Amino acid sequence: MKLSLNFVKDYIDLDEDLTVEKIAEDMTNVSSEYDSAGKLITATNLKIGLVEECEKHPDSDHLHICKVNIGTEILNIVCGAPNVRKGLKVIVALPGAKLPEKTIKKGVIRGQESNGMLCSMLELGLESKFVDEADKTGIHEFPEDAPVGENPIKYMNLDDEVIDFELTANRGDLLSILGMAYELGALYDKKVKDIDLSFSENNEDINDSFKVKVNTENCSMFLAKKVKNVVIKESPSFIKARLIASGIRPINNVVDISNYVMLETGQPLHFYDADKLGDVIEVRMAKDNEKLVTLDEIKRNLHSENIVISDGKKAIGLAGVMGGLETEITDNTKNIIIEAAIFNGAKVRKTSNELIRSEASNRFEKGLDPNRTYMAIKRACHLLEKYANSEIVGGLAKYDTTSLEDKKITVKFSEINKVLGLNISNNEILDVFRKLGFKYESDDEKAVVSVPTRRIDINIKEDLNEEVSRIYGVNNIQGILPETSARTGSYDKTIRGIRNKMVDLGLNETLSYVLVGEEEASNFTLGNKEKIKLLAPMSEDRNTLRQSIISSLMKIYEYNSARDNQDISIFEIAKTFYKSEDNYVEEQCLAALMTGEFYLGIENNKKVDFYIVKGIVEEVLDYLGYENRYSFIEDNAKLPKELHPYQSALISVNNDVVGIIGKVHPVVCKDDVFVFEINLDKLLAKKVGKMKFKEISKFPAVSKDLAILVDKNVPAQNLMVQIKKSAGSCLNSVKVFDVYTGKGIDENQKSIALSLNFGKMNATLTDDEINTIMEKVIKDLENKLGAKLRS
Amino acid sequence: MKEKIRQIEESAEKELVNSKNAKELDDLRIKYLGKKGELTQVLRGMKDLSAEERPIIGGIVNKLRDKLEQIIKEKEQQFEIEKLQEKIENEKIDITLPSTKVKRGSKHPLNRVIEDIEDLFVSMGYDVVGGPELETDEYCFERLNLPKDHPARDMQDSFYITSEYLLRTQTSSVQARVMESNEEKTPIRIICPGKTYRREDDATHSHQFNQVEGLVIDENITLAHLKGTLEVFVRRMLGEKSKLRFRPSYFPFTEPSYEVDVSCFKCGGSGCNLCKQTGWIEILGAGMVHPNVLKMNGYNPEKYGGFAFGTGLDRLAMFRYGITDMRYLYKNDVRFLNQFSQFER
Repeated sequence: MKLSLNFVKDYIDLDEDLTVEKIAEDMTNVSSEYDSAGKLITATNLKIGLVEECEKHPDSDHLHICKVNIGTEILNIVCGAPNVRKGLKVIVALPGAKLPEKTIKKGVIRGQESNGMLCSMLELGLESKFVDEADKTGIHEFPEDAPVGENPIKYMNLDDEVIDFELTANRGDLLSILGMAYELGALYDKKVKDIDLSFSENNEDINDSFKVKVNTENCSMFLAKKVKNVVIKESPSFIKARLIASGIRPINNVVDISNYVMLETGQPLHFYDADKLGDVIEVRMAKDNEKLVTLDEIKRNLHSENIVISDGKKAIGLAGVMGGLETEITDNTKNIIIEAAIFNGAKVRKTSNELIRSEASNRFEKGLDPNRTYMAIKRACHLLEKYANSEIVGGLAKYDTTSLEDKKITVKFSEINKVLGLNISNNEILDVFRKLGFKYESDDEKAVVSVPTRRIDINIKEDLNEEVSRIYGVNNIQGILPETSARTGSYDKTIRGIRNKMVDLGLNETLSYVLVGEEEASNFTLGNKEKIKLLAPMSEDRNTLRQSIISSLMKIYEYNSARDNQDISIFEIAKTFYKSEDNYVEEQCLAALMTGEFYLGIENNKKVDFYIVKGIVEEVLDYLGYENRYSFIEDNAKLPKELHPYQSALISVNNDVVGIIGKVHPVVCKDDVFVFEINLDKLLAKKVGKMKFKEISKFPAVSKDLAILVDKNVPAQNLMVQIKKSAGSCLNSVKVFDVYTGKGIDENQKSIALSLNFGKMNATLTDDEINTIMEKVIKDLENKLGAKLRS
Repeated sequence: MKEKIRQIEESAEKELVNSKNAKELDDLRIKYLGKKGELTQVLRGMKDLSAEERPIIGGIVNKLRDKLEQIIKEKEQQFEIEKLQEKIENEKIDITLPSTKVKRGSKHPLNRVIEDIEDLFVSMGYDVVGGPELETDEYCFERLNLPKDHPARDMQDSFYITSEYLLRTQTSSVQARVMESNEEKTPIRIICPGKTYRREDDATHSHQFNQVEGLVIDENITLAHLKGTLEVFVRRMLGEKSKLRFRPSYFPFTEPSYEVDVSCFKCGGSGCNLCKQTGWIEILGAGMVHPNVLKMNGYNPEKYGGFAFGTGLDRLAMFRYGITDMRYLYKNDVRFLNQFSQFER
């Protein structure tokens, strides 16, 4: 909302010393924030001049040498505009004048002295949509009666200041000069002046010849007034100037008056050419596929959600959005029907979003004050009589289901103080209502406030709390902390613990997008789950919710790899999404990707391999309390095809698959990239006992090494599981410390060296006991896994 | 005999003291004290001596043996020290060569900010809660006093999955979930940090971003409590000297509603590029919970009141670490990530 200060000063007296910047800042604190505040035209040092002589420049084919009378002196000015001529009244920028693009200096142009510049409105900084053709190609042309020597900006009524406010969706009332006047009145404690609604009517009655019918609940009010014998001409300059300051292009007096009244009152009006309209107006919902050619000469295809104005037979306008071409006001229009109506904001919003947003639709959307609807139609009559020489037909055709009464809201003083954390007197609170122009009746405890219909945003007592807080000044309220009850807060320590562990292990945490392309969404996942896609994605590469974080990490790897960042160890904790029957499932997962070097230092650096990544998975699982409860399982049928078939595994905890680990398949990525992902929701659902002290044996432990030959394809894990089973409770631990294939060993076999550690809590193990256990272990390995002791 | 012993003593002592290494020393030990050694030979020859002479000569020989053994022992120690010294000198390393270590990991700056906020609010008795990112229209909008045709919905162009499900546009959706699920309708004090999604993507907006929502419901909660809480919050995040400015605003789920500005921490309020010469930076939205929201979620607005606030975390992280472009947060360049590996005091 662009607020013209000249315009609002019609309705409120502001102190002389209030600058536009101060008003903007004050309004920001109590009402609405602003984008910009300042003069409409910033150019300085301008005068109206008369071109008394105009001769061609001897050394140029387009320049003229002019003698320009500015009242106090005659200036020699060289001008290049094609429309400069003797007798023209022009804008003269004097030496020292500051224009938006340049500062004017005395100078010499091709040998001729030039002491100023003749300007167009564009050069003064006016937007091109507001200027005439002459100003676009040449200099501005004043009418003959323009006073030489005067300030041209003042002469055109453009000596105005404008604040561009950003209004919130609830303050539709501020989309009017009057609304702004009330707001400034509350801010500076000034009274709002009356608006002139006077006009005389002829002795006809519109209701004798014209009918209004409303056949939809989406129109709560429709007023029509007839005006005859309008004289269409240019608007007076104050109207044009105020429209320009408000961002609306002047057209002619009649169209301008409808816009002027909308700006003043907030009520959009529509004018119909009465002679093209007929004797009835009907408001109804459009029929599907109904056609209408709108003002912009576009043929619209309507549907049943559009509110239309019809002449009883066909649609002639889209209510609140745009009129129809057929009944448009033209230069030949003589008689007018004025429409002032209230349409359902949501419906207007929907239609205007489909077609075009306008000043009018914006106001309908935010809601209108029915009292202003009456005011607007009277104000339009007043102005049409005055500035379009019109005859106003008596009577008002109307349909009105609205309430014009003030809203009565009861507030308790103690409650206002309680909610705002204030301790101000009843009178201070009542004074806020007085400043806002709200009437009230009060006793010691409460006030019944009469809220005028113009404040459509105020409906409940909480809304009045807000009025008190902002007019009294929220920045005057002293902040305190609420009292705490006897408890502490809490957060999810586990997720933070996992994050800290991963960081401690040397990985960088990433933050990636949940939306990915449909193809990649299911990469690196187990099973075939239904994807979740957006109805209206912004792009095809972000149209589906990811089912695995790994695909995002792969993208990050590619991004870094392309920038020569070779050593990458990253992880992320985030949600993955899929659809299961009718449910949308989101699961918290931990994923990591590792490639390049991981250990740093000379001769110790080591490229990431499967076992480093496996170690990280084990470290996380051990840290979370799942030690000895997990295993890594080969399963090519289940594992995603994006993983290397012989360097990948399912991660299983308590015999339940919770994740995957492996090398990325060479087809997917030629570098050695390793990844894992664990479903944390699934993992953390498995209970873990409390961390507890275990007694340490006082008796010495004994280690025995064992080297065996076994078929190449027997996993080491199977050997260890068998050893644990065979050795029984005296076995403390078993470790693989060497694996060998090659020279001296059958090519289908491998040699595995294991170290077994034995001990008892209550005694030293004897050699005999250990030998017995070792014999059983070896025998079981032979019988069950075909292993042989290596001699 | 005595003369012989004297000669042995003289030569042995001299040779032992002059021995150069452990091998020479050992050879000399064999030469004099070995089974066939010179001193051993003397002892063997003692059987030819008279009974009177025998103990005298025996005493002299034993004394000499003790003496030589003592010298040998001392020499051995000397050689051991020399050997160790040599070993130590061979072990000299360049202590300026790079160390061997696992590289230091890093926490994403956004999660650093989230953890900091969590710690602050937990210390003030708040619970940190989560909620679904794939939310229903009901919880994201309707239960927050935003019916289907509400104009404020224009402000939030959303990613819908179906006409009912969407990616949440604001963490405020958790407000309704927490209020509704608290069956005893007891006081509430929560924050909810998390991902949010809107249908926009440009230099200053990412379609995925992060917010933290705060909600307090209790008897006797006032606007002054909201102000105090936000003052603590903003000062903790952006510096203890920060000043706050509350501007009236509009959110359908709070009444009154405010936008909150913080005094520019770059210029201190005098005006700069960051604050667009205004001295203020808009940092969060807040207000007193709207009675309709309380009612819709089972709380009696005559008994309970509360406040709520929400702020974008991406900008907060940028301000805090001086990150110049929001897109860095989502590019995950390891040269960016590695910068956030330090402990923050």
